Amino acid sequence: MSFELFVFYVFAAILVFAASRVITVRNPVFAAMFLVLTFFTCAGIWMLLEAEFLAITLVLVYVGAVMVLFLFVVMMLDINVEPMREGFVSYLPVGLLVGAIMLVEMVFLLTQRYFKNENYPAPERAGAEVSNTQELGRLLYSEYLFQFEIAAIILLVAIVAAIALTMRRRPDTKYQTPSEQIGVTKSERLRVVQMPSEKR
Amino acid sequence: MISLSHYLTLGALLFCLSVVGIFLNRKNVIILLMSIELMLLAVNLNFVAFSHFLGDGAGQIFVFFILTVAAAEAAIGLAILVVLFRNRQTINVADLDELKG
Repeated sequence: MSFELFVFYVFAAILVFAASRVITVRNPVFAAMFLVLTFFTCAGIWMLLEAEFLAITLVLVYVGAVMVLFLFVVMMLDINVEPMREGFVSYLPVGLLVGAIMLVEMVFLLTQRYFKNENYPAPERAGAEVSNTQELGRLLYSEYLFQFEIAAIILLVAIVAAIALTMRRRPDTKYQTPSEQIGVTKSERLRVVQMPSEKR
Repeated sequence: MISLSHYLTLGALLFCLSVVGIFLNRKNVIILLMSIELMLLAVNLNFVAFSHFLGDGAGQIFVFFILTVAAAEAAIGLAILVVLFRNRQTINVADLDELKG
């Protein structure tokens, strides 16, 4: 067994363990933490596949942003976990059955000779001078420029939608009106008074 | 040597785990969203594996866009969740029966 295969099996074991904990753990905070572990391990596997840019993006975007968002929401909402666990045991058999059938079907197909090394030989390891980021950037800004712009618009729409959904105006909140603050003149704030000096 | 079927099997395993997760946690919207993220991760793993073994960068570009859409989806989903909790004081799927569906 080569060292690469060993690393793959270790990462795969951690990945499967963490993913199974995500779906079974009782506390949503722990589920989010195990999801972080899953993403981190998957980034390691993507490193084995020489997708360095995406691996780092996965850690930065998912672990750094999306999972923090999840943790924010989990901790902000005061959730009673217990009523949501009911039905867990009763759905366990059917869930496991469906999952196992899907898994057996997929593994049966995917471990056929077609996907083995003779049909898809593993490419040579790229040297240190090959930059995955450069290659992706060249593709992204030439062939896929239009799709890239659309992705930017999708993100913009998501920002607008998320803010529009969660923003609420309370009638009793006191807030400043910057336009009025800027528009004040000297006469509104300053009153020059003339008064005679007092006698000693 | 790691073959393509190793990665594809791992992706299939991850995908099936997330399907089971949707079955088991059908009351808890947060875990449902996490299961969807896991599902997208499994798909992305397959894309990256094919991209590597076919020597084609298009698969990685696709993963890039899936990551973008998934981030947007998570943000909007969590925003909906917050509004839902603010209005109903619960995120239990069983309690969301206002539409009598």
